[in-house]
Amino acid sequence: MTTLAEVFEKTRGENRAALFGYLPAGFPTKDGAVAAAVAMVEGGCDVVEIGLPYSDPLMDGPTIQDAVHRSLENGTRIADVVHMVGKVAATGAATLVMTYWNPIDRYGAGRFAAEFASAGGVGTITPDLTPEEAGPWCAASAEAGIDTVFLVAPSSTDARIQAVAQRCTGFVYAASLMGVTGARTTVSAAAEGLVRRTRAHTGLPVCVGLGVGTGAQAAEVAGYADGVIVGSAFIRRLLDAPDEAAGLAAVRELAAELAEGVRSR
Amino acid sequence: MKTDSPATPGGGPETGRFGQFGGRFVPEALIPALDEVAALYAEARQDPEFVAELDDLLANYAGRPTPLTDAWRFGEHAGARILLKREDLAHTGSHKICNVLGQALLTRRIGKKRVIAETGAGQHGVATATACALLGLECVIYMGEVDTERQALNVARMKLLGAEVIPVKNGSRTLKDAINEAFRDWVTNVDGTHYLFGTAAGPAPFPAMVRDFVRIIGVEARGQVLDRIGRLPDAVVACVGGGSNAMGIFDAFIPDEGVRLYGFEAGGDGVETGRHAASMSGGSVGVFHGARTYVLQDDEGQTIESHSISAGLDYPGVGPQHAWLKDSGRATYRAVTDKAAMDAFSLLSRTEGIIPAIESAHALAGALELGAELGPDAVILVNVSGRGDKDMHTAMNWFGLGE
Repeated sequence: MTTLAEVFEKTRGENRAALFGYLPAGFPTKDGAVAAAVAMVEGGCDVVEIGLPYSDPLMDGPTIQDAVHRSLENGTRIADVVHMVGKVAATGAATLVMTYWNPIDRYGAGRFAAEFASAGGVGTITPDLTPEEAGPWCAASAEAGIDTVFLVAPSSTDARIQAVAQRCTGFVYAASLMGVTGARTTVSAAAEGLVRRTRAHTGLPVCVGLGVGTGAQAAEVAGYADGVIVGSAFIRRLLDAPDEAAGLAAVRELAAELAEGVRSR
Repeated sequence: MKTDSPATPGGGPETGRFGQFGGRFVPEALIPALDEVAALYAEARQDPEFVAELDDLLANYAGRPTPLTDAWRFGEHAGARILLKREDLAHTGSHKICNVLGQALLTRRIGKKRVIAETGAGQHGVATATACALLGLECVIYMGEVDTERQALNVARMKLLGAEVIPVKNGSRTLKDAINEAFRDWVTNVDGTHYLFGTAAGPAPFPAMVRDFVRIIGVEARGQVLDRIGRLPDAVVACVGGGSNAMGIFDAFIPDEGVRLYGFEAGGDGVETGRHAASMSGGSVGVFHGARTYVLQDDEGQTIESHSISAGLDYPGVGPQHAWLKDSGRATYRAVTDKAAMDAFSLLSRTEGIIPAIESAHALAGALELGAELGPDAVILVNVSGRGDKDMHTAMNWFGLGE
C-alpha cells in the first residue's frame, strides 16, 4: 500500500508531477476494469482513481456517463469496487475512490471507510460534498486513516478555496475549467491561476483535473501543478478499441505518453 | 409577493436546511452561483420596486388571483364539500407561472441573458419560455425524450414561444435526467446563465425561494375560503412530485393547527409493485439533486427509476421541506395509483366541466378518499395545479377515446 504522502515525496524527489489515472469500476467489465487499471500503472500512473459508478453523475460529460452506465448495467456493486481497490493497491499504486456522495451516505460512512481502508485504499475524492456537509465523512475517514480530497473550481472565491482546502488531506483537486468531465483540445487558461490561488491557502499538493488528455497537456500542467489527473481520455481508448487486448495496449500507451509528459516540466 | 413572510422559516441562505433535510450537495463550481442567487433574492424581496413589479405581473399578466370554485357535483362523489383552487386558470395553464415570473425578474436583476430549465410535463418549460419571451431572455429547455413524446403539445408551445427544446436521451429519459443535463449546462455556462429551477427541491436556495414565489396560492386560497364559508377548511390537498404546487398551497396554512395537510404522490401501478414515483411513501432518506431528502434508491444509493402516468410527477425525489413536514407529522403523504388518478380525471371532467392536469387528478383522487374519511360536514380545499389540455394524448390512450 502506497499513501498519497509517499507518492508526492517521490515525485518531488524526481522533480516531476504525479500522474493520476481515473477509471470506473466495472467498466468495460469487472475484470476488464482491473486489467485496465493495471495497464495504467504499468504505463506509468502513480495513482489510480477508481470511480464508484452512480446513476446520476451530474458532473460528468458523455464519455464517463457512458462508461458508468455500462458499469451499472454490468451489475457493479460496492463490493466490486472494494475488490478492485484491493487488486489495484497490490500493484503498488496509491489507490483512491472517486464517488458522488449518496452511495457512501447510503452504505454508511464508517462502514465504507473501514472496508475501503482494509482493502488498501488510501483516500477518496467526493466532488459533490461541500465543506459545509463534509464533517461526518472527514471524521469517518480520519478514523479509518484515509485521506479526504475535495474540489476547488475557477469560480471559487478565496474564502471558498480556504474552506475547501481546510477539509482536504492528501491534496487539493483543482478543476481546471467550468464544465463537466471530458477531454478538451486545450487545457483551460483558468487552471494555472486557480492553482496559484489555492497554494496561497494550503501547503498541500495541488493537482489538476478535467480536460487533460495528451502528453503535451500533461507536460503543460506539470509546469505548475503537483499532479495531473486524466480520466475520459483513458475511457475513450477503451471505448474505441476493437477488442480488450487492443484497449489495454492503448491504455498502457497513453499512460506512458502522459508519464513522459509529467516528467518534462 | 403579497405575502408577508413565509409561514415556515428555514431553508434560508444561512442554513438551507429544514431539520435534517435540504442543504447543498453540488459541485463546488456551482456554489458561487447559488450564493449569488441567494443573495440577490434576499435583496430583491426587500425591494419594493421588485415586489411591485412582480405583483403587477401576477395580477395583470398571469391572471391572479385565481378563482375558488365550489365543486358541488364532484363533492357528492367525495361525500364532502370540495373547494377547488383554480390554478388551471392561471396564464400558461398551471401554478408554474408564479415561480417563473419571480425567477425571471431575478435573472434580469442579476444581469444574465440566458435561462435554462428542466421540464417534465412541459408545464414548467412552457411557463419558463413564456416569461423569457416576455422579458426578452434566451431560453433553453431540457426535457426527457420520453416526455417530449407524451407531451408533444407542450413541446410545440415552447418552440412557438421561442425556446430551444433539447430532448435528453440518457438514463430514464424523463425529468430526473433533464435535471442532470440542466445542471451540466449550468456548470459549463454559469457566467451568463440562470438555471430557473422549476420546483421546491434541489440545492439551497431553490427550495425556499421557489416556495416563496408560489406561496401566494395558499395566501389567496386561505382568504377565499374564509370569505366563502366563514371558517378554515378541514383539509388542504395537493399532488406532490417535486412539490412546488403543494408547498404553494400548504405554506399559508401551516400555522393553522386545525387544518390537516395532505400530499398525494404518484403511486403508478401501486407502491407495492415497485413501479411508482412515491418517494416519501415508498422511498428512503438520501441525497439527490443537491439536497438531503426522500428518494427512490436501492440499498447502495443508486437512484431507482420512477414510474407514473403523469410526466410532471414522474420524479424519484421530493423537495426537502416536504420531507421535513412528513417527519414532523405536520403533513400526511399518501400515494394514489395511475388508475385512481385517471378515474378522478374523468370524474371532474364529467361532473364539473373542468379537465384537470393528470398531476392535479392525483390530488382529486386523494380528495375522494378523504371525503369518505372526514364525512359530509368536512370542507376539503384541493389545489387544481394545472389544466389537462396537454394530457389529451394520454387520456385518448387510457380511455380509448380515439376508437
